[in-house]
Amino acid sequence: MRIGVGLPSTIPGAPASLTLDWARRADAGPFSTLATLDRLAYDSLDSLTALAAVAAVTMRVRIATNILVSPLYAPAALAKAAASLDALSGERFTLGIAVGARKEDYDAAGVSYATRGRRLVEQLDSLRDLWEEGRHGPRTERLAGPQLLLGGTSDHVFARVARYADGYAHGGGPPRAFARAAARACAAWEDLGRLGAPLLWGQAYFALGEEHAEAGRAYLRDYYAFTGAYAERIAAGLLTTPQAITQLVRGYEDTGCDELILYPAFADLAQFDRLAEVVARLVEAETQQPASVGRSS
Amino acid sequence: MKITILGAGPAGLYAALLLKKNDPRAEIRVIERNPADATYGWGVVFSDRTLAAFQEADYTSYKAISESFVIWDTIAVRYRETEIRCGGHIIAGIARKRLLGILQDRCRELGVALEFEREINDLADLGEYDLLIGADGVNGLTRRTYEPELGPKIEPGRAKFVWFGSDLLLDCFTFLFRENEHGLFQVHAYPFTGDHSTFIVECGEETWRRAGLDRASEEESIAYCERLFAPDLRNARLLSNRSLWVSFQTLRTARWHTGNVVLLGDAVHTAHFSIGSGTKLAMEDSIALANALSQYPDRYPDLERALSEYELQRKPVVETLQAAAHESRVYFETLSRHLDLEPVPFTFNLLTRSGRVTYDDLRLRDPRFGELVDRWGHQVGREGRRRTAPAVAASPAFAPLRLAGLTLTNRVAITAAEGDALAQGAGLLLPTPCVVSTDGQVWRESDVASPEWEATWKDALKKRPRGAHSAIAAILTHAGRRGATQHPYEFQPRLPDRPLREGAWPLLAPSALPYTPKSQIPRAMTLEDMQRVREEFVSAARRADAAGFDLLLLHMAHGYLLASFLSPLTNQRTDEYGGALESRLRFLLEVFDAVRAIWPREKPLGVALNADDCAPGGFTFEDAVAVARILKEHGCDLIQPLAGQTVPNGAPIYGPAFLTRYSDRIRNEAGILTLVGGYLTTMNEVNTILAAGRADLCILSQAPSTERAIREVMRSISRWSTMKNRETAL
Repeated sequence: MRIGVGLPSTIPGAPASLTLDWARRADAGPFSTLATLDRLAYDSLDSLTALAAVAAVTMRVRIATNILVSPLYAPAALAKAAASLDALSGERFTLGIAVGARKEDYDAAGVSYATRGRRLVEQLDSLRDLWEEGRHGPRTERLAGPQLLLGGTSDHVFARVARYADGYAHGGGPPRAFARAAARACAAWEDLGRLGAPLLWGQAYFALGEEHAEAGRAYLRDYYAFTGAYAERIAAGLLTTPQAITQLVRGYEDTGCDELILYPAFADLAQFDRLAEVVARLVEAETQQPASVGRSS
Repeated sequence: MKITILGAGPAGLYAALLLKKNDPRAEIRVIERNPADATYGWGVVFSDRTLAAFQEADYTSYKAISESFVIWDTIAVRYRETEIRCGGHIIAGIARKRLLGILQDRCRELGVALEFEREINDLADLGEYDLLIGADGVNGLTRRTYEPELGPKIEPGRAKFVWFGSDLLLDCFTFLFRENEHGLFQVHAYPFTGDHSTFIVECGEETWRRAGLDRASEEESIAYCERLFAPDLRNARLLSNRSLWVSFQTLRTARWHTGNVVLLGDAVHTAHFSIGSGTKLAMEDSIALANALSQYPDRYPDLERALSEYELQRKPVVETLQAAAHESRVYFETLSRHLDLEPVPFTFNLLTRSGRVTYDDLRLRDPRFGELVDRWGHQVGREGRRRTAPAVAASPAFAPLRLAGLTLTNRVAITAAEGDALAQGAGLLLPTPCVVSTDGQVWRESDVASPEWEATWKDALKKRPRGAHSAIAAILTHAGRRGATQHPYEFQPRLPDRPLREGAWPLLAPSALPYTPKSQIPRAMTLEDMQRVREEFVSAARRADAAGFDLLLLHMAHGYLLASFLSPLTNQRTDEYGGALESRLRFLLEVFDAVRAIWPREKPLGVALNADDCAPGGFTFEDAVAVARILKEHGCDLIQPLAGQTVPNGAPIYGPAFLTRYSDRIRNEAGILTLVGGYLTTMNEVNTILAAGRADLCILSQAPSTERAIREVMRSISRWSTMKNRETAL
């Protein structure tokens, strides 16, 4: 399992320069990926713009939307933006998309919230063709375009992952919840005769240090306010200690997760360093382990 | 804090005493319309885990409860005059009246105000409160008052049941099944004191009407049930306490609180009585609510947080149990389809009905029951003819299976490539499907049942090591409108149903409808096309026989050619091959009959059958059961149910074992052996399905791994190079 880190680009009040400093630092390791969350009607940086800037200041690390609220975009515009980002970053881009759940974002974009599911399916249907044909450019070496992940929680998501995508982006939760969703994606994958296994991405939030925990929780309550009562639960899941991170990482490793993204809930470069220290140790321990047998992955 | 609780059932009383205990300054009153000593219902049950939660929440009431309950660890199933017992399920029963008495006493002791015989018809009559707890049952006033805010949904069950007591002495939870001229009746019975038991009688609505119970008085109902269950009741009587026949109402509520009003127990959720969890859930709600409120005491702004916390903690737990209760309710409502099962699998099926309990769980809880299941699995011979049970037996997966003239050494099938197939221990190997002609290829690399294919397999099967235990199936198909696509490893992005950019061949289908908007428009088949395809299936089957395959499966699913005749979404013909189900089935039966005529009797012939289009206006599960029956009459030995893919947006609800429900019903309603896949990744899942009689053979999925993916790539590359010469070979 690879461990990625989220950008502080959706934390209100965080300066744009922090996102770039964060990215520069991440390029040195130990993280595999830098990922964004996505909102329109919220005080945050635009995902694709932020990742374009991040691509310019990094060389190594993967960049990803995890996820992008894609029905807000016209399919050709999205295909072109994603292909451009892939080309500009040297094919380091992973496009994760989902319908999201906030009606305000759709209202702000002037896009119908009621038809979001249908729009997503239309996008899934046309993205690959637009990339493969390269009709609007740019073309990259990889004809199929960027790696494509699909997120969401409805019963139909898993069939769509298997039919259209390279993998599934889970929305966060304990390892058991992730494992259940992953098994559903694998079941669909096998039924559609896909070879190998779907890519499985998980995510969690961190704010290291008890002194930042409350600010971190306040951010999560605000960011997820639209979920009503559920925001409290998300806030309660915030990882605030190295032990909590270690435990979550170990739990996810056993589920067959390919990439776990840890998102900051407190915007401070010191948070990056504290997390990097914990993750570097975990990554090191992983590489020293003998090949394991009997893991569910 | 002033707290008013409406309803003095177990949920309301327990919440009252826990809240008072946590905050003795709180003013708590419980309002109940019935007298303090009114008794409805008889006994209630708790699991050992719930009792542990009681012990932690309030030791005083726990102690009183534990001194009053009867405890047992067995579930007995009496069916066809056989009683089978399975232990290890620790359950405690207590008289509802006694439980209420204990909770009332404890409330009084702590200083909770209890107001009985006070009917409230308007919440405004309650006066002032900081928090209102609605514990007033499934049709309670609180929920009805806040209906728009809370979003309740009620789903009535299809069966009728009545809640009797009895002076029958039972030693454990007992299920009874009796059939008479009116239909099937079942009883859920359990002791709650040393001398009395709860005795719930349930039956289908039609049975209930046929028996005249819709018009019967309370006394007449008792007399009827006493007569029917006389062999079980012996000299015991049934007792009534306003015992009326009703349908079970499942209540689900979107939001459990609004403002300073919160709901508990039956007022907010119900779960079918067959999993015996109503009171348990209600009292666990009380514990969670009291805990949440103790974290955020006093101040009003915190109330919202506390109530959210309570709802968030309990809702997922309750929903999981409601899902299990739903499975259990549907199981009892559709029980008649399982009446052909022998007592052992019948019992196993019953115990595993809700999906929460598996073969491994039961084996751990009661090893002797596990051994009974294992030995039974090895006892049934051909066509259900009994053999003597062996003294020792492996798990059901390792029982041999007689299929026509073929004996499989075990009941596990795996999908495998030729190379690595022959050495492994599975009873049946399922190679990649082979198409009957080049125009039926899915992609250029699809195996075609050519003379070369026959020779390759003949050679491979001849080299099977002596004593190899695996039988091997040939699966024949024709891609129809799903043909001429890109092979996943030849082209990025490795997605299914991507049309070939060049070199595509013309496609055939019942009607000229493309699979996806970008797919080639197929030609609607003429009668000559149909005759040719039928002959291609026959000659492919001949080659499969000559090559030495042990079993043949005809693929009639996933939107391939034969399946697309079956679905009204893809077959819009106006001739005798389209229209009603029997017409849409005509071509499939012609192919099946023609193959059956030349395929040796002693070798099994099966069908991979579409069990559901999973799309509006499509072929349905009901249709599939009917088709399975017809196929059986035509000499089909085995059905493998598959679902979805008839149209690209038609998919089943995926998850582990997602095909089992199709297999269960087809097997037990059409009376035909089934082979089921659906992402079964552990032998425990396989054993659970087999022991419950939900299928006869299971496909074990090997967890996807990089190694396997690489092997598949290597294989497809080598195959491709041999296939380049396919035109000359044909």
